Amino acid sequence: MLQEKITLNPDKWINNYADYLFNYAVVRVNDGDLAKDLVQETFYAGLKSAKNFLGKSTERTWLVSILKRKVIDHYRKINSKKGQAEVRMNFYDTGENEGSWIEERVPQSWDNASEKTIENQELKMQLEICIDNLPEKYAMVFRMKTIQEFQTEEICKELDITASNLWVIIHRARTQLRKCMEDNWFNN
Amino acid sequence: MFKKLRITCNEATTICDKSQYQEASFIEKIKLNLHFLTCQICRLYTKQNNKMSRLFKSNSIDCKRKTICLSEADKRALKKQLEEYKV
Repeated sequence: MLQEKITLNPDKWINNYADYLFNYAVVRVNDGDLAKDLVQETFYAGLKSAKNFLGKSTERTWLVSILKRKVIDHYRKINSKKGQAEVRMNFYDTGENEGSWIEERVPQSWDNASEKTIENQELKMQLEICIDNLPEKYAMVFRMKTIQEFQTEEICKELDITASNLWVIIHRARTQLRKCMEDNWFNN
Repeated sequence: MFKKLRITCNEATTICDKSQYQEASFIEKIKLNLHFLTCQICRLYTKQNNKMSRLFKSNSIDCKRKTICLSEADKRALKKQLEEYKV
């Protein structure tokens, strides 16, 4: 029996897929307005290339594949943005101390770590602030890995980066976050 | 032999970060633990890192609990834009 060829039905796109695509975008870029824009662009691109749709996949899979491109385009854009807030270095880059802690960035013991519990709403807010202070690229990869708990492989594939690249980003993000929380919460 | 296992603080903390996601290899864990013998700072970093991970985890649970949808108004606007785009 011949499988029925799937055809596109753009009039129903928004009802059927807008929420799904929006969610897909928002967990990756963590910005509602930006996610909205990406979804809109996805629909535009879908309309434009509707004639190229081969009917081999479902409509949704096809739209997701377009959105995936949009997300990676966004990642490349923030990755290459000139003059973006660079992450502060925690380790010496060169010289005989290469790879050692820079003195003023050395972790300090946290005096009130025990009383300030993890359930605390304020604590979560401070954490959000610290994540938002990261350069966008670091925040995006960090969130995907830690908050959304994506597999390393999946992130690498979606953003077209290597695993070692990913760990450098995670490492920089985490050392920066640690410092930010130390300054603004634990030893404040 | 030990020379090969010697790592800098930068490398040690990278391994520590990896192990927060259970993705450090066996040899990396050995290197990290050897590093701890001589480095109190990275030990402290690791302790604090574990605490941070618990914090991230609880944030993650919160985030995943919410499903985010587009508002009806957003959808209407989107529909309108799409209609205009078609013609």
